[in-house]
Amino acid sequence: MDAALREVLDSGDINRALSRIAHEILEKNKGVTDLVLLGIPTRGAHLAERLAKAIESIEGVSIPVGTIDVTLHRDDLRSRPARALLPTVIPVSGIDGKRVVLVDDVLFSGRTIRAALDAMGELGRPAQVQLAVLVDRGHRDLPIRADYVGKNLPTSLKEHVRVSITEIDGNDSVSISGTPGGSE
Amino acid sequence: MKRHLLSASDLTLEDAVLILDTAEELAKLVDGPVKKLPTLRGRTVVNLFYEDSTRTRISFEAAAKRLSADVINFTAKGSSVSKGESLKDTALTLQAMGADAVIVRHSASGAAHQLAASGWIAGSVINAGDGTHEHPSQALLDAYTMRRHLRDGKGDLAGVRVTIVGDVLHSRVARSNVLLLATLGADVTLVAPPTLIPYGVEQWPCQISYDLDKVLPRTDALMMLRVQGERMNNAFFPSTREYSRGYGLDDKRVAALSSKAIVMHPGPMNRGLEISAGAADGLRSVIVEQVANGVSVRMAILYLLLGGASIEEVSS
Repeated sequence: MDAALREVLDSGDINRALSRIAHEILEKNKGVTDLVLLGIPTRGAHLAERLAKAIESIEGVSIPVGTIDVTLHRDDLRSRPARALLPTVIPVSGIDGKRVVLVDDVLFSGRTIRAALDAMGELGRPAQVQLAVLVDRGHRDLPIRADYVGKNLPTSLKEHVRVSITEIDGNDSVSISGTPGGSE
Repeated sequence: MKRHLLSASDLTLEDAVLILDTAEELAKLVDGPVKKLPTLRGRTVVNLFYEDSTRTRISFEAAAKRLSADVINFTAKGSSVSKGESLKDTALTLQAMGADAVIVRHSASGAAHQLAASGWIAGSVINAGDGTHEHPSQALLDAYTMRRHLRDGKGDLAGVRVTIVGDVLHSRVARSNVLLLATLGADVTLVAPPTLIPYGVEQWPCQISYDLDKVLPRTDALMMLRVQGERMNNAFFPSTREYSRGYGLDDKRVAALSSKAIVMHPGPMNRGLEISAGAADGLRSVIVEQVANGVSVRMAILYLLLGGASIEEVSS
């Protein structure tokens, strides 16, 4: 498996992508007013923290960051044994009337994002929801798209995208395993 | 996680910590703006109660409803049980109605095991108290309450000194607590008059004492048990006054506790017998909180047993 692992983004690429996304978020929202970042655990939560830091270093203002666990709202709960819940931390300022940017590592079927939108519906009513992802690998099952993409990565369904980040895995990288379009 | 929750001894350390962590996350959601989660939509949970209960039944019902499950309440009074229907026939009826989980309380020790092992019911069986045997969900909510107060709601209970006082003989709560707390690494001491200590207790993972006052200063969590008059067909102590003097918690004994210790009681309380009103309502008391925590812990149990795929669904 590891032999076929191809690195597509290294730590420098990831940092540049995040810093570009930070600028894009600020550009699109014309500043930091009412901005809230919500990361989807586990890797999305760390990416949200990093984006918040990047935004702070550009604008000099710290913005609220939280996490939102989607486990209880997944549509595939019954296809696997029950999963452990991950933390949901909503900033004290709440999400009502805010511009919420959801942050995740990989956008694939879009089902996680659907679950996140449902989970958010229980917590409040944001004025707007945007989506930032480090990698968009295509193959959407639902009409969902990202507003900010670190890297568009055309993949085949046979391939597996692995995102490593320092906070969890000890290093920053995005790699693909498996052969494009080939069989196992 | 296993399919059933029958005994606290079925739970490994990982299982127990997973349940407590899950309860912690669910509590955060339910304490916030989220009152209902869609997770168990379409699943049916039956409360099968052959014995009276206030807290446990309401708590399981609230937990199931907050996870959007359908709840059917069955009490022996007013059902065909009073016409002589057996546990088996009642169970087959529930199975025919498609129960995904049966929460059972019964006066016979082992009733939950019987239900789970017999194959009468395809769903999960959760023991909500069987005779004088076990009451695992109570032990989990007690452990959860201790962990919140004494360990910041994280990890296990290693080194926490728990003292369980009173009618251990008739207490399913005590047995489940001893087993679970030992798994979680706590040091448990049972305190009771010799007549209320069960046979074979020396094999339990705990210490025994007959002197409450000696144990109090070395206690982090003090759990008072109800004197179960309805199960006492014999004289176990000379008088209630004498019991209170030796093993009841009054204001003076509360004052002997260390500054961070908590006072617990599984309810229902006999105020004035095993616990004074002052101790039950005092600052140290977490008794009302135990009830609130019960809902979160039972949500966690239901989610972990029913929220994922059943064993058949995974294998198919």
